Amino acid sequence: MLRSSVEDGSEPASRAGATNGAAHAPLRVAVVGNPNAGKSTLFNALTGLAQRVGNYPGVTVEKKSGVLEVAGRRIELIDLPGTYSLAAHSPDEMVAVDLLLGHVKGERAPDAVLAVVDASNLERNLYLLSQVVDLGLPVVVALNMSDVAERRGIHVDAEQLAARLGAPVVPTRANRGAGVDRLREALRAVADTRAPTRPPVAYALPDPLAQGVAALRSGVAAPVRAALGRDLHEFELLRALVDEEGHAEARLRALDGGVAEALAASRARARGPSTVPLSALEAQSRYRWIRQLVTGCVRRDERMPTTWTDRIDRVLTHKISGTLVFAGAMLVLFESIFAWAAPAQDALETAMGWVGGAIGAWMPEGALRSLLVDGVVGGVGSVVAFLPQILLLFLFLGILEDCGYMARAAFLMDKVMASVGLSGKSFIPMLSGFACAVPAVMATRVIENRRDRLATMLVTPLMTCSARLPVYAVMISAFVPQRSVLGGWVRLSALTLLSLYLLGIVTAVAMAFLLKRTLLRGPAPPFVMELPTYKVPSLRTLLQRLRERAVAFLARAGTVILAMSIVVWALAYFPHGERPAAAPTESHAAATTGAGAGEDVAARAAQLEGSALGRVGHALEPVFRPLGWDWRITVATLASFPAREVVVATLGTIFNLGDAEDDPEGLERALAKARRADGSPLFTLPVALSVMVFFALCCQCGATVATIRRETNSWGWAWFTFGYMTLLAYGASLLVFQGSRWFGA
Amino acid sequence: MRTLDQLRPGMSARVVRLAARGAIGQRLSDMGFVEGTAVKLIRAAPLGDPLEVEIQDYLLSLRRAEAHLVEISDA
Repeated sequence: MLRSSVEDGSEPASRAGATNGAAHAPLRVAVVGNPNAGKSTLFNALTGLAQRVGNYPGVTVEKKSGVLEVAGRRIELIDLPGTYSLAAHSPDEMVAVDLLLGHVKGERAPDAVLAVVDASNLERNLYLLSQVVDLGLPVVVALNMSDVAERRGIHVDAEQLAARLGAPVVPTRANRGAGVDRLREALRAVADTRAPTRPPVAYALPDPLAQGVAALRSGVAAPVRAALGRDLHEFELLRALVDEEGHAEARLRALDGGVAEALAASRARARGPSTVPLSALEAQSRYRWIRQLVTGCVRRDERMPTTWTDRIDRVLTHKISGTLVFAGAMLVLFESIFAWAAPAQDALETAMGWVGGAIGAWMPEGALRSLLVDGVVGGVGSVVAFLPQILLLFLFLGILEDCGYMARAAFLMDKVMASVGLSGKSFIPMLSGFACAVPAVMATRVIENRRDRLATMLVTPLMTCSARLPVYAVMISAFVPQRSVLGGWVRLSALTLLSLYLLGIVTAVAMAFLLKRTLLRGPAPPFVMELPTYKVPSLRTLLQRLRERAVAFLARAGTVILAMSIVVWALAYFPHGERPAAAPTESHAAATTGAGAGEDVAARAAQLEGSALGRVGHALEPVFRPLGWDWRITVATLASFPAREVVVATLGTIFNLGDAEDDPEGLERALAKARRADGSPLFTLPVALSVMVFFALCCQCGATVATIRRETNSWGWAWFTFGYMTLLAYGASLLVFQGSRWFGA
Repeated sequence: MRTLDQLRPGMSARVVRLAARGAIGQRLSDMGFVEGTAVKLIRAAPLGDPLEVEIQDYLLSLRRAEAHLVEISDA
């Protein structure tokens, strides 16, 4: 029943394989385990830095693999997403089954499985193992967190368990690296024998299910063979039979030839007169097997000590103290981002400015210099400017997740989020959006349900991220009257800022509500979430994940942002006027000092107006006129689509100013003085409001678009986000501008 | 029939049957809600929902609507 790796290999296993035979091909080992069983920590301890991250085709599941070497044998570990069961109700959940059976295109079937099992919670963890054993692969068990189990008065006899399972059971403490060497040795031993695990204490499907599977096998054999050119594995048949409205069923139904009838007949056969769902039948029989397996292997102290987790939970999920700690944690999160990331960001920007200046001084004036200074260095600058925030936010979220608090936060906030059709798990990612949408979108990985995850991802960029603040700051201090309202208690400027934040929140919530009722409509996912025991996070795992995220961001999002920056640079540079800029080598110095730069900046403004971007701005002016914009605002907005914070610099260029970022008051004065052709002021309060509302709602962030593309593994959702946000921004700005004119503001 | 959502904090019971079918029923079964299993209600979230229960040596959070699908008898 087990296909050898040679038959199944749809990609060459190794170059040596052809001459040396299968014995020297790297052993492929799939790593499975429950969430919170310490799978990632163990994976990192085994593979170190030799890891690769990618995507499986057509799903949002991340593909992570790593290589280790034991006594000259290469072993490739494939990390599968943490799961409690192999039952699959979505393509994402089906990836585990497909990969284990060797049905993923371009992926050779694994030769063995490493099952990571949490010793402190053995029965539930063995549930997944019982399904994995059904696949007929050699299994090695890592009995992880044995120390936690001991503390809770649970003693597991690993040797006894190994004898009953017919598989090596290695006690590990992944966070300390304990047991890892023995685990490597056990994997190598499997590489030599490759004998499928057959537990002496055998699990047998209960008769009704076995009969149902047999009926289904003969019922669908012909159409399956015609469509796939192979038979279904026993376990695939079981999934199709048991997982009602699941993914295996859906795939079967997509075939022709009486499959639906065969499925219905097999289910009727399996069910008989009983009203118990087939899934309950499967679970009952597997838990019965697990009880047989552990009776005598697991000893419990009479008196279960009150665990730390329970004591901590009494405080952290308490009405008052729990809410206070939660608010405090979120406050620290934001404080750290603004207090610590900002200086690092400034330093990076200064460094990029210095690099740009150095290149500018070295190279002769021309398109190449401009490309390097304004396109490449500027683009790289806007990429790395995100890094401090991303790293800090991820460090913080990583600590929250690894210590077990993330699940408590979801527990506290679930009721609030349920009112818009999401679950508590969406709260932290959405909240992170206030800092930066890029890590927030990546943080949605904690949401298992695909529709919930997508909805959260698509609305998170509406939250007011820190890059919107400079735009708001300039507009508000230039155009919102310095007045107090509400009996002198609140300044109008503060109220405006608050309204913009609220606009983002309300729109995000409304969009989530709408998406969950239209495009992402579906049965409410169960909110059945484990509250893991609290533990001290492993620094090594944290740092490794940080590195992973940073590399993923730079490699995937970074390239897209850079490309977009270069495109916008080209649009702003070409066609380039013949008029030479005054004193080319001094232009940078002149711009930063701001004195005597009048002629130079005038030339730059004229160049921008004549460029492709300027012409597009002129051409699109009629489109944006209803928002109260002229071509200059249009150009500045268009130029800031890759990264919204550049609008400040672009406005500076357009309105004949030197370095606007170093002189915000100068920019405010310049904007206030700007006139339309008829001499009336360009920026009135309605225009300023219209611009701010546009920036509040529009997806002017290449990094976010690129990250959504990466996380969903599809350009479709990325462009959808961009499209709906841009339309929303246009509509809202239109409403604000026309509305506020109507009210005579 | 009594259901899990009717349990008071600190009280234990045994699972009799799941009234849930489809994905929710399967998830609960897979997580250990099978006939005869002991389950204890630890507490409700500050806003009243979801609930925190102890089952099979671990802590689980589920909504009242889902707990309502778990039929129980006295421990």
